[in-house]
Amino acid sequence: MLEPVSALNGASFDGLARIEETGLQGMITLRGDLSAKAVKSAATAASGVRRVPDQRQANVSGEKGLCWMSPDELLVLCPYGAVAEALEKMQAALAGSHALAVNVSDARAVVRLSGPAAREVLAKLCPVDLAPAAFTPGMFRRTRMAQAPVAFWMDDDESFRIVCFRSVAQYVFDVLKVAAQPGSEVGFHARPEPV
Amino acid sequence: MLILNCPYCGVDADETELAAGGEAHLKRHGPGSSDDEFHGYLFARKNPRGVHFERWRHAHGCGKWFHAARDTVTLEVFGTYPAQTEGPPKPILAAIEARRPGWTLD
Ligand SMILES: [Zn+2]
Repeated sequence: MLEPVSALNGASFDGLARIEETGLQGMITLRGDLSAKAVKSAATAASGVRRVPDQRQANVSGEKGLCWMSPDELLVLCPYGAVAEALEKMQAALAGSHALAVNVSDARAVVRLSGPAAREVLAKLCPVDLAPAAFTPGMFRRTRMAQAPVAFWMDDDESFRIVCFRSVAQYVFDVLKVAAQPGSEVGFHARPEPV
Repeated sequence: MLILNCPYCGVDADETELAAGGEAHLKRHGPGSSDDEFHGYLFARKNPRGVHFERWRHAHGCGKWFHAARDTVTLEVFGTYPAQTEGPPKPILAAIEARRPGWTLD
């Protein structure tokens, strides 16, 4: 039996912010009519969260959750070892409807970026308004990080979880390391010191 | 730098998040058309100084194709609209007329 290994084997880096690969994460792509009852119940049954997120929202708790990818696509998160069972539940719920559910866990990597300067570091690489008032926990964004497509959400006000393709995981990790190099603070999103 | 609002995910997408898809609302000429029509469909494109209708794809975002109406000289964006249409919708035309009095759709 081969042991599954995540893309970066748990690599981490401490600089302006902490960067760490989270390890194996179960991920299922679900495509279909997101207003259809069968699709909604397939999503909630597989992820264990009760609410299907609205446009550009994420509803994630730990390793479980749902993310809004596009008007006809959800990203379903569940523990890596629970994917087969989740997919079985989903196929049952989707029987007879025009929808698609596929295990993409091994095609992806997840990196956590955390610390008071996390917004600063990410804002160097993504064309997204990451001001504390503009991007908040609960939101979800697909964009590019330098040259690679990524998606991310915030678990709290100082930490992001970033999803990318496994093939660009090393690139994403390395480009984040450059952006988090000590001494490269920009200070754009930094809160002013109290006087 | 262009910023276009994607009508599918609502993101104000920076140009670097998008892929350009050329002129919008082309009529496809395929089997049964004349050589001139087919030639025009394949090769003839408008290249206006001013109002232009274009196809764009939110390539590094939700992945959807959409339309944009903009000015090729000033880069002013009049609006964006979904892909499922054969021509610019009324609110887009009104927005252009408001900013470019006398402009007509050809
Ligand atoms: Zn979009």
